[in-house]
Amino acid sequence: MKILSREVIADVGGVRIVKIAVYSPDIAAKARPGQFVVLMVREEGERVPLTVVETDTDKGTLALIAQEAGLTTRLLAGLQPGDSLYSLVGPLGHPTEIKKYGRVIFVGGGVGIAEVLPVARAIKGAGNHVTAIIGARAKELLILEQELKAVSDEFVVMTDDGSYGRKGFVTEALKELLEKTKYDLVYAVGPIPMMRAVSVVTKPFEVPTLVSLNAIMVDGTGMCGCCRVSVGKEVKFSCVDGPEFDAGQVDWDELVKRNSIYAEKEKHICRHHSEQLGR
Amino acid sequence: MRKEPVKIKEKDSAVRVKGFEEVVEGFCEEEVLQEAARCIQCKDPKCVSGCPVGIDIKTFIGQIMKKDYEGAYFTIRQKNNFPSICGRVCPAEYQCRKACVFSKKGEPFASKEAIGIHFLERFIGDYGARKKLQGKAAAENRRSRVRVAVVGAGPAGLCCAGELARRGIQVVVFEGLHKTGGVLRYGIPSFRLPRNILDFEIGSLKELGVEIRTNHLIGQVKSVDELLAEGFKAVFLGLGAGIPSFMGIEGENLCNIYSANEFLTRVNLMAAHEFPASHTPVNIGRHIVVIGGGNTAMDAARVAIRLQHMNGIAPDTSVFYRRTEIEMPARRLEIEHAKEEGVKFVLLSKPEGFRGDDKGFVRKMRASRCELGEPDSSGRRRPVVIEGSSFEVDCDQAIIAIGLGANKILTSVTPRLETDKYGDVIVNHETMETSIQGVFAGGDIVGGEGTVIEAMGMAKKAAKAILDYLDKAGV
Ligand SMILES: Cc1cc2nc3c(=O)[nH]c(=O)nc-3n(C[C@H](O)[C@H](O)[C@H](O)COP(=O)(O)OP(=O)(O)OC[C@H]3O[C@@H](n4cnc5c(N)ncnc54)[C@H](O)[C@@H]3O)c2cc1C
Ligand SMILES: Cc1cc2nc3c(=O)[nH]c(=O)nc-3n(C[C@H](O)[C@H](O)[C@H](O)COP(=O)(O)OP(=O)(O)OC[C@H]3O[C@@H](n4cnc5c(N)ncnc54)[C@H](O)[C@@H]3O)c2cc1C
Ligand code: SF4
Ligand code: SF4
Ligand code: FES
Repeated sequence: MKILSREVIADVGGVRIVKIAVYSPDIAAKARPGQFVVLMVREEGERVPLTVVETDTDKGTLALIAQEAGLTTRLLAGLQPGDSLYSLVGPLGHPTEIKKYGRVIFVGGGVGIAEVLPVARAIKGAGNHVTAIIGARAKELLILEQELKAVSDEFVVMTDDGSYGRKGFVTEALKELLEKTKYDLVYAVGPIPMMRAVSVVTKPFEVPTLVSLNAIMVDGTGMCGCCRVSVGKEVKFSCVDGPEFDAGQVDWDELVKRNSIYAEKEKHICRHHSEQLGR
Repeated sequence: MRKEPVKIKEKDSAVRVKGFEEVVEGFCEEEVLQEAARCIQCKDPKCVSGCPVGIDIKTFIGQIMKKDYEGAYFTIRQKNNFPSICGRVCPAEYQCRKACVFSKKGEPFASKEAIGIHFLERFIGDYGARKKLQGKAAAENRRSRVRVAVVGAGPAGLCCAGELARRGIQVVVFEGLHKTGGVLRYGIPSFRLPRNILDFEIGSLKELGVEIRTNHLIGQVKSVDELLAEGFKAVFLGLGAGIPSFMGIEGENLCNIYSANEFLTRVNLMAAHEFPASHTPVNIGRHIVVIGGGNTAMDAARVAIRLQHMNGIAPDTSVFYRRTEIEMPARRLEIEHAKEEGVKFVLLSKPEGFRGDDKGFVRKMRASRCELGEPDSSGRRRPVVIEGSSFEVDCDQAIIAIGLGANKILTSVTPRLETDKYGDVIVNHETMETSIQGVFAGGDIVGGEGTVIEAMGMAKKAAKAILDYLDKAGV
């Protein structure tokens, strides 16, 4: 659980996105694209889920990419090589089904780009035609551009403010592509509004659309039900039944609301610990 | 001879609701001797048949009478590895005490007059811990280099690990969470089972040479087959009943509706009551409703009312149960304690749905009144909803404690492991062996939610069978 390397891959107005390599040979050997880990930075810390972005079985490491959101991700971003996590468990969740689909579009928004990358790589490896559309608020927040480009047959970059690539939302590019050609799968990860918009865009085209949900979790092993989401008529636990679900079936309103359960408390804890965070 | 049971010392309810300190303070030596003296040392001690692991209760009480506490400790330890834990959480009124001659027959649980066996056991367990007798109880080593893997560090797994280690087996316990204890840690609050007691009992396993690897979720990071291939000669599965059930009623996913598992885990495992010093949050409502009638419901309600007190919120926590108090499966003492602490009970009431505000937070709960009808398969009278009796209560937090199902993380990826329609692992009840040779199971993953001592009873049986199995296999 030792941090072997750490790199700030984006930093905008003090919000950093860091890439961390953690030593954990057992998890590195088992993790498949689409799976995640749950970690604690400290003993008094929170358990937070993060996607396994890359694994290196020779070195026994896994790469995690985290965007500073609240206290835990900020503490994580502040760790240095040589530091150790308090706990790390995984791999969790179902891996993505890697097979020949045909033509696949990946849509990544913000730090969701990190979650898309391992799946895109594997899908490309399975002989599919890969299109990637990535987007961020601004150029400085765009991550993993080269890595994704390397596995894409088609590649589109969108920024909200037009500071790089095309100006606009990823969904605009998605719609144009779907209007031109037939695709067999759309796979999207990003902020909830983005995933929801993707599901709205793909619906009329009847293209299967998968999203990886970021419900709030505690254990990540199916024990608490904190991560429950309504999918179709059923209640699912994201951690063990997901994290991927059919976008068209997800009750997005409910997910948005459930992810705000602790909004007040999270603001409070960051103020409370502001000294430790050094800002 | 004294007829009246010795009253157990308890912390005053007005004080204890402001924190998580242990409620039952236990007997002092004088009280233990008085309570033990009430036992008439029956020729045919019925109490023993009431204990799932068959502790020789008569003998250990006799030893207490002679002040031979060390002897009493070893008598208990022959059958029960964790007397300090069982003495605190065992539902003795449904088990040994119910079978005691002083209990009226045909009642659902023990009479008040039954000997306080669990309190005596607790005293002796704590005595043994203070005198560091664990090591001595374990001194029957038959050193071998055989390795056995135990999956799950709940009472079943820990008990099995201890039994095997005592006989010189090298045991590695794999636990998915970052801490050991299973329900003993994440479910049962510290005011019922102080953490130092738990840590001490688990610590004694480490002294026996048991290796514990937390953060290892078997099935995900390693399969059962891989464990066997790595050289573990047998595997014990103590996976527990970890999956919370929901009611499937309207509005159940509104914000601030928790499963008891989530609520208790946030507090007991993650220390959310110490937020923000600890980083895991939990919300605390003004009108908290707990649904269910078991130990889990009592624990959730008593944690909830404490959190209200500790946060300056006027206490308002109610338990909703669809039958009457008699049918509640919880330990009687917990029901009494909950009442003393100000938890309200709304009986014969069945939740029908929740309503929330525009932000998605729960605000109201709708319920219907019930009456008791014919007995169901469990022998308890079935609650029948009274038409048109629906009513609504304020509820800005609900905690659902209606039961737990089998933990499927491991079983779902181990096709050779046969399970029943509830997802419980099927075993040969003589040996606790599963459909996979060399793989044994016990505790709540076999036969569903039970008690700590039942889980340990199964684990002991399995440990014995594992030793036989290893002998036969010639390792
Ligand atoms: C399966 C899964 C995989 C994930 N993978 C990644 C990843 O690879 N990289 C990454 O940066 N993040 C990822 N996330 C999101 C990450 O877990 C959260 O950002 C993190 O838990 C926030 O913790 P915090 O203490 O820093 O912030 P908090 O203070 O807990 O929250 C800060 C803000 O984030 C929101 N939030 C809280 N929990 C989550 C959550 N689980 N998901 C999304 N928003 C949340 C809160 O509502 C709040 O507005 C993933 C989430 C899931 C469920
Ligand atoms: C809130 C609550 C209060 C209770 N109160 C009482 C009481 O007062 N008295 C009483 O007698 N009983 C009580 N019970 C019931 C009692 O706790 C259980 O019967 C008992 O804990 C079962 O023990 P177990 O070892 O089978 O499972 P558990 O205690 O559930 O432990 C199972 C362990 O296995 C781990 N695990 C599961 N799958 C894996 C995997 N694949 N890999 C690694 N680890 C894994 C889990 O994380 C867990 O730590 C209570 C239960 C609850 C929920
Ligand atoms: S373990 Fe439980 S049932 Fe057995 S004697 Fe002790 S208190 Fe009674
Ligand atoms: S049945 Fe009761 S009185 Fe008789 S030996 Fe057992 S505890 Fe003592
Ligand atoms: S996070 Fe607890 S069940 Fe999914």
